[in-house]
Amino acid sequence: MITRVLPWLLGVPAVIVGLGLLFQLVSLAEPRLYFTWAYYLEVLIAGTLQGVMYSLVALGFVLIFKASSIFNFAQGSMVLFAALTMVGMIEWGLHWTLAFLVTAAVMILLALVIERVVLRPLVNQPHIILFMATIGIFYFLDGLGQTLWGSDVKQLDIGIPRSPIFILEGTFEGGILVNHFDVIAAAIGGVLVLILALFFQKTRVGRALRAVADDHQAALSVGIPLKTIWAIVWSVAGIVALVTGVIWGSKLGVQFTLALIALKALPVLILGGLTSIPGAIVGGLIIGAGEQVAEVFLSTFIGSAIQDWFAYVLAMLFLLVRPEGLFGEKIIERV
Amino acid sequence: MLYREAGQFKSSYVADQAIFPIKQDKIGVLLIFLFALLVLPFIASNYLLNSIFVPFLVFSIAAIGLNILTGYCGQVSLGTGGFMACGAFFTFKLTTAMPEVNILLIFLLAGFGTALVGIVFGVPSLRIKGFYLAIVTLAAQFFLIWMFTQNPWWTNYSAAGVITAPPRALFGDFYVTGIQATPVNKYLFLLCFTALLALVAKNLVRSAIGRSWMAIRDMDIAAEIIGIRPLAAKLSAFAVSSFFIGIAGALWAFIYTASVEALAFEVSRSFQVLFMILIGGLGSILGSFLGAAFIVLLPIMLSNLPAMIGLRMPVDLIAHLEFMIFGALIVFFLIVEPHGLARLWQIGKEKLRRWPFPY
Amino acid sequence: MTFKERFLRSAGASLFLLPLLAGAPQAQEEPQQFFPGLQYRSGPYAPSGIPFANGYADYLAMINARDGGINGVKIFYEECDTAYNNDRGVECYERLKDAGPSEPAVWSPLSTGITYALIPRVRQDEAPLLSMGYGRADASDGRVFPWVFTAPITYWAGADAAIQYIQQEEGGSLEGKKIALVYHDSAYGREPIATLERLAEEEGFELSLFAVAPPGLEQKATWLQVGRQLRPDWTLMWSWGVMNSTAIQEAAAVGYPMDRFIGIWWSGTEPDVRPAGQGGVGYKSLNFHATGTDFPAIQDILTYLYDQDQGYGEREGVGEVNYNRGVLNAALAVEAVRTAQAEYGERPLTGAEVRWGLENLHITDERWEELGLGDFARTVQLSCEDHEGGGSAYVQQWNGTSWERASDWIQPRNDELRPAYEASAAQYAQEQGIEIRDCSAEL
Repeated sequence: MITRVLPWLLGVPAVIVGLGLLFQLVSLAEPRLYFTWAYYLEVLIAGTLQGVMYSLVALGFVLIFKASSIFNFAQGSMVLFAALTMVGMIEWGLHWTLAFLVTAAVMILLALVIERVVLRPLVNQPHIILFMATIGIFYFLDGLGQTLWGSDVKQLDIGIPRSPIFILEGTFEGGILVNHFDVIAAAIGGVLVLILALFFQKTRVGRALRAVADDHQAALSVGIPLKTIWAIVWSVAGIVALVTGVIWGSKLGVQFTLALIALKALPVLILGGLTSIPGAIVGGLIIGAGEQVAEVFLSTFIGSAIQDWFAYVLAMLFLLVRPEGLFGEKIIERV
Repeated sequence: MLYREAGQFKSSYVADQAIFPIKQDKIGVLLIFLFALLVLPFIASNYLLNSIFVPFLVFSIAAIGLNILTGYCGQVSLGTGGFMACGAFFTFKLTTAMPEVNILLIFLLAGFGTALVGIVFGVPSLRIKGFYLAIVTLAAQFFLIWMFTQNPWWTNYSAAGVITAPPRALFGDFYVTGIQATPVNKYLFLLCFTALLALVAKNLVRSAIGRSWMAIRDMDIAAEIIGIRPLAAKLSAFAVSSFFIGIAGALWAFIYTASVEALAFEVSRSFQVLFMILIGGLGSILGSFLGAAFIVLLPIMLSNLPAMIGLRMPVDLIAHLEFMIFGALIVFFLIVEPHGLARLWQIGKEKLRRWPFPY
Repeated sequence: MTFKERFLRSAGASLFLLPLLAGAPQAQEEPQQFFPGLQYRSGPYAPSGIPFANGYADYLAMINARDGGINGVKIFYEECDTAYNNDRGVECYERLKDAGPSEPAVWSPLSTGITYALIPRVRQDEAPLLSMGYGRADASDGRVFPWVFTAPITYWAGADAAIQYIQQEEGGSLEGKKIALVYHDSAYGREPIATLERLAEEEGFELSLFAVAPPGLEQKATWLQVGRQLRPDWTLMWSWGVMNSTAIQEAAAVGYPMDRFIGIWWSGTEPDVRPAGQGGVGYKSLNFHATGTDFPAIQDILTYLYDQDQGYGEREGVGEVNYNRGVLNAALAVEAVRTAQAEYGERPLTGAEVRWGLENLHITDERWEELGLGDFARTVQLSCEDHEGGGSAYVQQWNGTSWERASDWIQPRNDELRPAYEASAAQYAQEQGIEIRDCSAEL
């Protein structure tokens, strides 16, 4: 364990300090590039916290891919649907904790319906077909959510403060700006990951899920009920989607574009590997931080709005070294 | 009874290897083409020509391109939108720089340019496979769109970053782009061009290159072992596919919408073309046409349907229901026939051969 | 035959019917003036499109209910949902243009992208396009764009007005000041850049540009740069949809002063500021018409439609910024038809005739009073060359519950803008091989 964690513990601060020094050197030569250590740390922290939010989205994908090798394109619309339902419940007068529970129940019901109607008839089809089926679910849920709850922007306010806070005011002049909301969102994400990790490692169901992820046939042969497992996995993914929806919905307001959040998670998935939960976390942090640093410091030279493609390029560079992602399982191909 | 091959003997290899070996097929396709060429322009309304056939033909070319890459060579790509943008912008720069050159030649040159771009972005496929490759092609997608939006050189420094197609004639007075282009002109040009490109694609996939693509798709390690070079096969697939997709993008910008900004080729366009080949059938040229028809026609049909059956529904409800029905239909088709519409067509033909006998 | 086979056959057979079902025209009814509505009530920009569509539709319905139509000619209004998508906009246009009881009076797609796509089509089909406060700014030159109108104000004029406001607030001189522009990285967002760069040279301020990739969910880096690194004196914003609310929230999160943050008129509507809550108080934006329900015409809408439960939207939405904008657009269109009817007779008009009405449109302050919209907007006077009308804008400020006027009407400097329109239009004409219209010959 130590040998696996040590390179990260040493490597990450080294890379951060190294990059900072590099930018400082360049900013001395090139006056257009503005660099102070306080600003650099601000950007880094903001990016990392943002990255946790990306990890949340990526988690949903990883869960389903791990258990059933399906790339769930509908995760984005599940996030949107969950957020819309929660807002709908709150508008009907429920307190938000109660609304959360009711929406969780709705998502579990949705998972059961999807498993019965879509997945069961498509057992044993190639992965691309199942991927297409999730695309169909994406469109269906999108339309359903908007038909039921309308297309307006809805506010989701569960009391998370949004004020900026300044830390380390002693070390750096003016302090480093950190947003209250980001910190709380990151904390929620962290707690969720911890719960999921415990669930997978310590409980019987978790072990069954890992067995199914390894080999469907073998799991069936030792008596693990495949259909029940899939229903459980989709339910868990649904609840992850709900938490994601609540956090992103509080940040941006609940509306159609929330479904596009899924696109943000794709670079995280390829960096971390499609089958690894720690990969989703670490990948999210790397992509989040890398994206923001690139946007702020590289845009002087390349041009602004590079966030989108930079994340993918960053992930691709990692992939060239490890084609299955940082934590993905090595696929042994046989002829 | 009607669709029998009895009595049709082939006496040369050439005849045996024709694209449509059965005489009824040959006649059928020829009749359809002649109908589309000679009869349809006169009986179809401008709306049908402009908004249904033109986008259908353009998307068919794009779908053929993506089918070559994903259906025949097995490399899932989500960079279609970016390559279409390449085609459109290359065409714009070329034709504004050389206005005397025939627009057909410009389209082909833009296609070749896009093929080169495709080769560059196809390099990761040598190391990365499957869904990972699909997501990596998104890098190409986002980067290309960003480049065309950010850099004003591509739009000849227009204030808003939009390119407008200048009027160009194919020959004499036959305008196909710009204000003087009539819907009939555009449709006829596209019909002939699409038929030609489809013929080229069909012959490519039946040739040795096509077989090497299919070998890579089915078992790439085994293919390498028997001597098919993955570098040549994969990069040639990217090149040919990008050629078709680039031309489709150029036609889209110049003939269909007449005025386009880079955002028109966003990631949703890539997904749209991917849906076309997935619904139409992977690894089938006919499937590309069927899928393009399905995706182009379905939203229009769904939004026209309530009015046609006399139901007055609020506009947004129609739009939302469209989404739901689209999603439900995809799932339905996949359960009923996972290999797409082309497979349905094939099954239909096989039944027809035995008709009226059940087996 | 198995269930699967039966489905295969019926599915396969029904597919071939698809092409026949598309494109059926509407049934013809009694002589009415056709007003097509290219609106979006779905899709990512629906929250902004819905109030506008409601305002537009309500005003037209009110004219029918209160006056029995325009001089007795009833209005036939039909919507088509474009979802702010260029292809669907074009498809809606092609489908609707022959589907009404008369030629379409005026097209207003509420989208710069769709406007660009329709410009060559309206030229071919001879139908007027009113892109009110969006679209191609250089279409204000009616000699190159005879069918496109940008009344009452364009983006370039808006940029000029914003700079003038900032100049006023800074005591007359912008020398050495830092102004940032945060914009939606699309045709719409890039429109003001050329004008702002020109003004930066003339007035001596430093302009910094920050593009945001659409749809604009990701703005943390942008606002860290703006709020923590650059700290400009003023920030302008050209954004739309979710980018609006995200920007305001991110700006508040980095503590950028809201009263130095001015958005264009499409970035200053209620759905944009409400999500930011307390953080959005003090945010400013441009506007070219009034907000609120304190106008006889809008009261008529409430009386004739909402009291009868026939309004297109919710009662609370009446009077909001985007709603009133829809009302203004409809009012301009109706007045143009009325002007044309005075010339051509009180009957359904063709597109060319309505175009005449637009080019001879002259709405004075008194006329606005008569229409029940006194003090709602400024004087509008269009002509063959001038398809904009030289309108003005003012700055409004959000106080947490409503928009308040924060400045008087600001008149853009048209003596500098007009040559810019003409130069840009001339370049377009040259690229497209268009003959520039001779306005004096048409009189």
